[in-house]
Amino acid sequence: MTKKQKKVLVRIIVSAVLVAVFSLIPVNNPYVRLALFLIPYLIIGYDILRKAVLGIVNGQVFDENFLMALATVGAIILGEYVEGTAVMLFYQIGELFQSYAVGKSRRNISALMDIRPDYANIEQDGQLEQVDPDDVEVGTVIVVQPGEKVPIDGVVVGGASTLNMSALTGESLPREVQEGDEVISGCVNLTGLLRIETTKEFGESTVSKILDLVENSSMKKSRSENFITRFAKYYTPAVCIGALALAVLPPVVNLMMGNPAGWSQWVIRALTTLVISCPCALVISIPLSFFGGIGGASSKGVLVKGSNYLEALSETKYVVCDKTGTLTKGVFEVTHIEAAEGLDADELLEMAAYAESYSNHPISRSLKDAYGKRTGKQIDAGRVCDVEEISGHGVSAVIDGRKVSAGNAKFMRMLNIAYTVPQNIGTEVHVAVDGRYAGYILISDIVKPNAGAAIAGLKAAGVRQVVMLTGDAGNVAEAVAAELGVDVVKSELLPADKVAEVERLLASKGEKERLAFVGDGINDAPVLSRADIGIAMGALGSDAAIEAADIVLMDDDPAKIATAMNISRKTLGIVHQNIVFALVVKFACLGLGAVGFVNMWWAIFADVGVMIIAVLNATRTLKS
Amino acid sequence: MKKTYKIEVDCAACAAKMEEAANRTNGVKEATVAFMPQKMKVEFEEGADVSAVMTEVLKNCKKVESDCEIFI
Repeated sequence: MTKKQKKVLVRIIVSAVLVAVFSLIPVNNPYVRLALFLIPYLIIGYDILRKAVLGIVNGQVFDENFLMALATVGAIILGEYVEGTAVMLFYQIGELFQSYAVGKSRRNISALMDIRPDYANIEQDGQLEQVDPDDVEVGTVIVVQPGEKVPIDGVVVGGASTLNMSALTGESLPREVQEGDEVISGCVNLTGLLRIETTKEFGESTVSKILDLVENSSMKKSRSENFITRFAKYYTPAVCIGALALAVLPPVVNLMMGNPAGWSQWVIRALTTLVISCPCALVISIPLSFFGGIGGASSKGVLVKGSNYLEALSETKYVVCDKTGTLTKGVFEVTHIEAAEGLDADELLEMAAYAESYSNHPISRSLKDAYGKRTGKQIDAGRVCDVEEISGHGVSAVIDGRKVSAGNAKFMRMLNIAYTVPQNIGTEVHVAVDGRYAGYILISDIVKPNAGAAIAGLKAAGVRQVVMLTGDAGNVAEAVAAELGVDVVKSELLPADKVAEVERLLASKGEKERLAFVGDGINDAPVLSRADIGIAMGALGSDAAIEAADIVLMDDDPAKIATAMNISRKTLGIVHQNIVFALVVKFACLGLGAVGFVNMWWAIFADVGVMIIAVLNATRTLKS
Repeated sequence: MKKTYKIEVDCAACAAKMEEAANRTNGVKEATVAFMPQKMKVEFEEGADVSAVMTEVLKNCKKVESDCEIFI
């Protein structure tokens, strides 16, 4: 508890004890009784009265301080001393609870994102010195001991270790780093001592960017928050005017009808209405819910840049995915080797790898990698000579005195060599040795292991259509789509076509439906900004993607999209529960209070009780 | 120019009132108050005197919510 909260707590206890004692003392003189009860009343309510007066002076008449001041002063004038003081007492208990609960969840959420490094170690004369990370210049060598956080982005110049990235990505598998590897601030060093040469200033480092982003996310307000703010602006004055009418009109009508006016009865009802109608429950629980939802998401490695995006995510019906780098790894690998009769697969791979050994094309690299992995041997450049590259077709080279040609089907036709047409899908590399067909190798982009589960998760989270856009050839795209369960595939698209495709989908979707685009953030910035929600994945360390996207997945796991959607739906569910619950209870009590069925104690429940329940409900968003 | 300030305010409704008051202040192009992280982000008009504008913002905020504080 803060100092302010402790002070309020003391005031609550003192005034509660005084009220209890005074109501037991039999005092007959009404003035003495009033004087006695004014003591606890003023102890508990002086700041509310002061704020109410200041509000009137500054032209802010109808706020909740005014409501409370009016209700309690009114009750005391009518001689209901215990009720008047009790209302103020409970109002303060409610406020105290609210500020305590909000403060606690603020701290919980901050703890989730507790990645801010407090210091950096610099070695000076053989001694480690702790300095403020803000003061470390680019190019300084810092020392990170096991158990410490990496404070600033940089490159390892000494030592090897494993890093725990879970605070950044939600990924629990530690990463191995050694000399020459880049490291990102915010990771925790687990095993060995690391010397890191910084490549960025602290303010530009990943950890600062992420913290900044999460802290600023509440600045972008959701529709629900704006609705409640506007609602409260008209609601409170309306209730005050209503209460005034309730206090004055019925007695006046009674008088005109020739009946007894019944002033005190109607004034009490009006005061009850005022207590019930305090809008705190709504106004506090909604930003709290969003803050909790965003905090919960970031602990899972999903950064949401605003409450409005978290809200929009729950209404997402269309998800458009890029293929390469999003659903697939974006790395080419040898997936199939088919050797002709009389040759074995390793021999075929060796021929292809040597023929392609001088090229740096991704396909050549994947052949060399596969060769190294399968046989454990390195390419011996001395065995290759007379390399000739035929653009758009392939390569021919002399290896150990034999002429090897490796390339696509067009190349085989050009050389007049009969080849086998592959059954599977992928990029084909056919190989011929001394003019005789030796077989083919298939290379394809590998689908991420959990991409299928990710698409299924999206469907389960209420997405109607998953669309895959790709620049790849039709047959490759179709095969991936069929494997993953994607609904619609558009292939052979140029970057501009992707924008057009998204525009077309945006135009055809319903008004309340949202479209999310998921990409790796590298060359799809225009589409990311055009979609209702742009989601960039694998964005750790990529400033451009963090800039362009609305939601950032820190690692490249597509299943996190569904995780984020579930968090968003849960948050919005809680927000709607709170709005409906608070309004129903309040309006029910208001209606009953106006006709006299609700006394002051029920009114206090309708105010403080509803608020406490709403705040407790809101804190559930954290546990997702 | 944009600046972020730490604030202290007790309730979300009060934060909304502060936001409105800050936006009414001359020299402020747009102000946003976020209750949960207790922060106020102010975008100033071209050529505005930041410290003078912020003193005025604080004064206007105090008018609508006497308990609030902005750490300028």
